[in-house]
Amino acid sequence: MDIVGPAQFVVLGIKTQIFSILIPVVALVLFAYIISKRLIPLRRAAQDERFNRFGERLAQIWSLWLLQVKQPRYMLAGVLHMAIFFGFLVLMLRSIALVFIGFQGDFQWPFLDGSLGVGYTIAKDYAATVVFVACVVAGIRRGIVKPPRYAVPEQYGKDHTGEAVFVLALISVLMISESLFDASKLVAGGEVGHFAAPLSLAWFFTGMLRGSSTELLQGTHIVSYYVHDLTFFYFLCFLPFGKHFHVLTSFFNVLFLRLDRGTVKPVRYGLAKEELDDLESFGVKKLEDFTWKHMLDFYSCADCGRCSDQCPANAVKRPLSPRFITIKARDLLFKTFPVWGQPQEAPALIGGIYTEDEIWSCTTCGACEEECPLAIEYIDKIVDLRRGLIDEGMVPQSLQKPLNALEKRGNPYGKTAKQRGKWIEEEEFAQTVPVKLLQGGETADTLFFVDSVGSYDDRIIEINRKAAQLLHHMDKDFGILGEQEKDAGNEIRRFGEEMLFQEIKEHNTEAILEVAPQEIVTTDPHTFNTLRKDYEGLPPVRHISQVLVEGLAQGKFSLRPLEEKDLVYTYHDPCYLGRHNLLYDEPRQLLDALPGMKRVEMEKHRDRSFCCSGGGLALFYEPEEETRMGVVRVQMAREAGADVLVTACPFCLINMEDAVKIAGLENELKVIDLTELFAEQVEFVPTVAAAV
Amino acid sequence: MAAIFVYITHKNGEADDTAFELASAAKAIDAAAAPSAIVLGSSADVEQVASQVAPYYSEVITASHDALQYPNAEVQRKVLASLLPAKALLLLNHDSFSMDLAPGLSIVLDAAFASDVVAFEGIQDDTLQLARQEHGGAVSSRSTCSLENGAIISVRAGSFKAPEAGAQGAVVDKSADLGDLSSKRQFVEVIAAEVGDVDITKSEILVAVGRGIEEEDNLDLVHELATAMGADVACSRPVVDAKWLEKSRQVGTSGQTVSPKVYLALGISGSFQHIGGIKGSPFIVAVNKNKNAPIFQAADVGIVADILDFIPVLTEKINASK
Amino acid sequence: MNILVCVKRVPDSSENEIRLNREGNDIDTDDLVYAVNEWDNYAVEEAIQLVDKVGGSVTVVSIGTEENEEILRREMAMGAETGVLLSDPLFEEADGRKLAAILSAYISKNNFDLVLCGAQADEGGAQVGGMLAAMQDKPYAALVNMIEVLDDNKLKIGREIEGGSQEISEIELPCVLSIQTGINEPRYVSIRGIRKVASVEIPTLGAADIGFTDVPLRLNKLEYFQPELGEGAEMLEGSEEELADKLVELLQAKGGIK
Repeated sequence: MDIVGPAQFVVLGIKTQIFSILIPVVALVLFAYIISKRLIPLRRAAQDERFNRFGERLAQIWSLWLLQVKQPRYMLAGVLHMAIFFGFLVLMLRSIALVFIGFQGDFQWPFLDGSLGVGYTIAKDYAATVVFVACVVAGIRRGIVKPPRYAVPEQYGKDHTGEAVFVLALISVLMISESLFDASKLVAGGEVGHFAAPLSLAWFFTGMLRGSSTELLQGTHIVSYYVHDLTFFYFLCFLPFGKHFHVLTSFFNVLFLRLDRGTVKPVRYGLAKEELDDLESFGVKKLEDFTWKHMLDFYSCADCGRCSDQCPANAVKRPLSPRFITIKARDLLFKTFPVWGQPQEAPALIGGIYTEDEIWSCTTCGACEEECPLAIEYIDKIVDLRRGLIDEGMVPQSLQKPLNALEKRGNPYGKTAKQRGKWIEEEEFAQTVPVKLLQGGETADTLFFVDSVGSYDDRIIEINRKAAQLLHHMDKDFGILGEQEKDAGNEIRRFGEEMLFQEIKEHNTEAILEVAPQEIVTTDPHTFNTLRKDYEGLPPVRHISQVLVEGLAQGKFSLRPLEEKDLVYTYHDPCYLGRHNLLYDEPRQLLDALPGMKRVEMEKHRDRSFCCSGGGLALFYEPEEETRMGVVRVQMAREAGADVLVTACPFCLINMEDAVKIAGLENELKVIDLTELFAEQVEFVPTVAAAV
Repeated sequence: MAAIFVYITHKNGEADDTAFELASAAKAIDAAAAPSAIVLGSSADVEQVASQVAPYYSEVITASHDALQYPNAEVQRKVLASLLPAKALLLLNHDSFSMDLAPGLSIVLDAAFASDVVAFEGIQDDTLQLARQEHGGAVSSRSTCSLENGAIISVRAGSFKAPEAGAQGAVVDKSADLGDLSSKRQFVEVIAAEVGDVDITKSEILVAVGRGIEEEDNLDLVHELATAMGADVACSRPVVDAKWLEKSRQVGTSGQTVSPKVYLALGISGSFQHIGGIKGSPFIVAVNKNKNAPIFQAADVGIVADILDFIPVLTEKINASK
Repeated sequence: MNILVCVKRVPDSSENEIRLNREGNDIDTDDLVYAVNEWDNYAVEEAIQLVDKVGGSVTVVSIGTEENEEILRREMAMGAETGVLLSDPLFEEADGRKLAAILSAYISKNNFDLVLCGAQADEGGAQVGGMLAAMQDKPYAALVNMIEVLDDNKLKIGREIEGGSQEISEIELPCVLSIQTGINEPRYVSIRGIRKVASVEIPTLGAADIGFTDVPLRLNKLEYFQPELGEGAEMLEGSEEELADKLVELLQAKGGIK
C-alpha cells in the first residue's frame, strides 16, 4: 500500500502541487497587504522612544515573552496558555516544513536528521497533542464554564466568547489535520524512522485508521493536508483582525515595553521643555495622538481581562475597565484604518469611545500594567488623555478647586504657605525634637520633604512628628523647607496638568538645591516617587522605611515588645511604594523586628496589593462607584484574620481610617501607620536638654 | 428728613414677614418717621395685603393692574419711579426681586443705593450711617449713605423685629395714575422647584448636613442617624451644588423655608442664607469642628466635634435608648 | 453676537480666610490671593458658550490697575477674544454707582448686543449690573441662570427666585443680565492656556479715552469691623460618648426623637 503526498497527487487531471504553491503565495501576498494596512496608523502616530537599552529589553523578552513568567498568576488559564504557546514554538518548524512538503514531497529540514530528527518528531507529536488538549479544555472553559473575568458588560458591546471559541476551534483543526496527515501516511506505509509518539494525537489516529482502505487513507492524507494548509494560512491572515493579532505582535510589544516603573512619558518625545509652549495641542484627543507603541499595545491585547480583574476602580464599579480602554481603541483603529478601504475621519476620543469620568476614575495604581502578560501600558495613556482634557478645559469642578489652590498656594487645600512649616513649632514637640527650618541660608545633611498632606492634615502631622522623632533619635542632621516647599506634584502630573507640574518642579528644585542636602527623606510614597522619577538633579531620595531599616541594622533602636500580645497585624503595600518602586521588604522587616509581632499577609499583597483609592488630587475627585476601594481593602484585612492594618502612606491611612468608619468596623480593625507603630515601640532616650 | 416709603413684598395675598419688619427699619432710621407702605399687584391681592399692613403704616399707597399681578421688576420700576416723590427714601426686602429692581431704580431716580443692610446707625446732616456684611458674612462694614437726593435701600430679612400694631393708616389708591406699563422684558411663567420625594417644609424633625460631611458616601451616616431619630434629611447649598442631594432638600433663602420643632445642623457653617430658611424658632443643635462657625450664634446648643466621628456614636446611643 | 462681560478682581474666597487686620478696622490683605469674582467667571463661561452656538465674540473688561491684567488674561485663556483694562487715577475711589458709570461710558463707545455681569461680588452689593442697565436705558434681569437665544432680537431667560423656583421671561436685545452661579460648569483654565495668552496685548483705556466725567460718591466706606457676637449656643463639653449621651437626653426632651 502506498499513497502519494500533495506534491504528487492529481485530481481531475490537475496536480494538487499547484495549490500547494498557489495557496501560500496568495495568502502571503494578502498577509503582506493586511500588515501594510495595519501599519498605516502606526506611521501617522506620535513619536515614541523605544529603540534603546536593548540589553534590558532582551532580558524582558527572555522572561516575559519566552518564559511567560506572568502567565501562572492565573494558574489554570496560565498553564493552558503556556501549553499552547510552547506547543506553537515547537511546532513552528513542522508547520513551515509542511508548507514545503506541499510541493516538494521529500522536504526535510537539513539539520533535523538522525536522532535530532527523531527527537523532534516525538516533540512535535506531543506538542500537537498538548495543544489540542489545551484547546479543548480552554474551549470548555470559555464556552461552557464562562469565568466572569471574560464577561463583556452591556455598555461595551457584544460578548467575545464566539471569537475565542472560534480560534480555539481553528487551532484544534490545525492539530487534528496535522496529526491525520501523519497518521494516514503511517498506516499506508511510512518511511523508515517514521513513527507516531505513543499516546500522541497522531498515535491515536494511527490506531483509528488501521485497516482502512487505500482510497480512504489517500483521501484522508490529501484532504487533511489541504485542510491544514488552508486553515494555517486562513489563520495567519485572520490574526490581524482580532485578539489573536498578539500572536504576531507580542514579541514586538514586549521588546518595546516600558522599562521604568512609576514614570510618566513626556508630553511629546524629542521636544525640549522650552518648545512645549509652541505645541498646538497637548495630550491625546484623537487616535493619532497616541504613540506608535501605544497603538501597538491596542493591537496586542489578547482580551484576557486580567487587567480589569485586578483593577480596583473596576472592582468598585467605577466606569473604568482597562481591558475596554484597549479593546475600544483597538476596534476604533480597525474601523478608522480598515484593511479593506480608505482611512476614515475618527471622532474625538472623549465623547466618542471614552467618557470623561472613565478617564478621571483611574488612581494610577499600576495593577493593570503589573498583570498584563503582554506588557501593555495604561498609565501613560490615561495621563495623556487627561492632558487632552485639561487642555480643553474639561475638568470636573471638584478637581478645579484643588488645582487652582495648587497654583496659587502650592497645596491643594488652599491653606497659606506660611502654615506649611508650622507643625514643627508645637510646644511640647519642639522641646524634645528640634527640627531645622531650612530658610535664609540654613542647611542640613538630610532634607525631610514633608509635602502637602503631611504639612496640613492633623492626622498626618502626628505621623511626621513621630518620623522627626525617629530621625532625631538616629542623630540625623535634618530639616524641612517650610514655606518654600510646594506640593511635590506627583498627582498634578498624573492628572494631566503638565505645565503646572513643570512650574512647581522648577520651584521645588531651586529650593532644594539651595539647601544642597546630601539626601532627601520623605514619609509620603507619592513624594518619594515623583522626586525620584520626575525630578532631575536631586540628591538620592529615600522613604522613611529605608532609613529606619538602615538604623535597625546599625543597632540604633532598642525595641519594646508589643503590649497587646494577641493582635494579628497585616501590612498593606501602598501602590507608590510597592508596585511603582519595588519597596516591598523594608516595611516588612521593620514590622517583623518588633518583638511579639504576629503578621499575616492578605491574599492581595506585594505586587497584587489593592489600591486604597489614591492620593493627592485623587482625594478630591468624586467618582461614580458602588463602594469605596478603602472599604473593600479593610474587609480584605478582616478576611485575612488581621486586627491591625499597617500602612506606610498618608493617603492609604486616611482612606482606610475613613473606610473603617463607613464599614462599621471600628471595634474590629485598627488602622495604623508604620512609622507611628514603630515609634511606639522604640525606647527613646530622653535628649540631653541644656548643658548641665 | 425726606419721606420714607416701604415696598411691601407679598405672595398669594399674604404680606411677607419683612413687610412688618421694614416698618421698624424705617423707625430705626428716623424715630419720628411716618413711613408709607406701597403695595403693587393685582386688585384682589392688593386689597387683602393693604388691610394687613395698614395697622403698621401711616399710609398705604396701592396701585393695581393685571400687568402688576406677577412682580416683573422692569414694569414695577417704572411704576415706582412715577409714584415716588423726589428725594424719597425707599426701603425694600433684600431678595431676588429687589436685586432685580432696586439698583436700576436708584439710577432712574438719581438716588443713592445700598443693599442687604443689617443695621442703621444714625443720621447726620443728610448722611445715613449703615452697616452691612461683606465676603459672605466674614466681616462687616459701615458706610455713610448720602440722602441728599434720596436713597433706595434693601434690608436683610430678620434684621429688624416687627413692631406692635398701631392705628390704621389711610389707603390711597393710585391705580388711575399708572402710566405706560410696557416693558422690553415679558414675564412668561414660573417653573416651580421639583418637590422631590420628601417635602422638608412639612417635616417636624430635620437632620441637616453641610460641607463638613466631606464626601457623598458619608451621607450614609447621616441617613442612618435620621432613621434612628425619625427625622428627614435636609442640607445646605454646597451639598446641592455638589449634586449629593436634590435641591428640594436645601434649606435656605434660595432653597426651602422650613419650620421644624427640632433642627440638627451637622457640619454646616451657618451662613445667613442658610439660617434665613429656618423659621419659627425650633430647637437648634449644631455640631461643627470649627468652634468659630457662625452656626453657633444661631443654635441653642453647640458641640465642637468632627461629625464623621460623632454621628455614628450619636446614632448608636439613640438606637440603644429605644 | 458681540458680548461684553464685566469682571472684577477680588480676594479669592475659596483660598482665603477673610478676617480683620490687627488694627481691627480693615481686611487683612497680607496673605490674600486674588482671582476673578466667581460670579463673573460663570458669566464669561456663559458668554463663550453662547458665542460657540451663535457666533460672535466675547470681550472682557475690568476696572483697576496693571494687577487686573492677570485676571483678564485668565478669562482670555478661557476663550474671550479681547481683554480691555479701564485704568485711571480718577477710577481709584469708587462706589458701585461710579463703577457702573465708568463701564457705561466704555459701553457707549462700543457696540455690544449683550452685557453680562456677575450677580454679585465680594462686597455683596449686587448693584453694578442693574445700575449699568438703567444708565444705558437697556432692559435688565438679575440672577439669570439660563439663557437661550431666540433670534437676533430676543433671548429667553430664567431667573433664580426664592424656593429654588425659576422665573422664565423673554427679554429684548440689546440688554444687560446679571449671572447667578450654577448657570453652567466653567471650564478649567490650564497653566498652558494662560501661558498661550501671556503676550497678547491688553489695551488700557483712561477716563479721557472713554469720555468719563467724574461723579460724586453716594456711598462712602468708613471701616470694617467684627460685630459683637450675641450669646450664642450653649456649648456642651465632654468626651464623644458623654456628648452623645447629653444630646440624646436633650433631643428626647425637645421631641427630636420619634
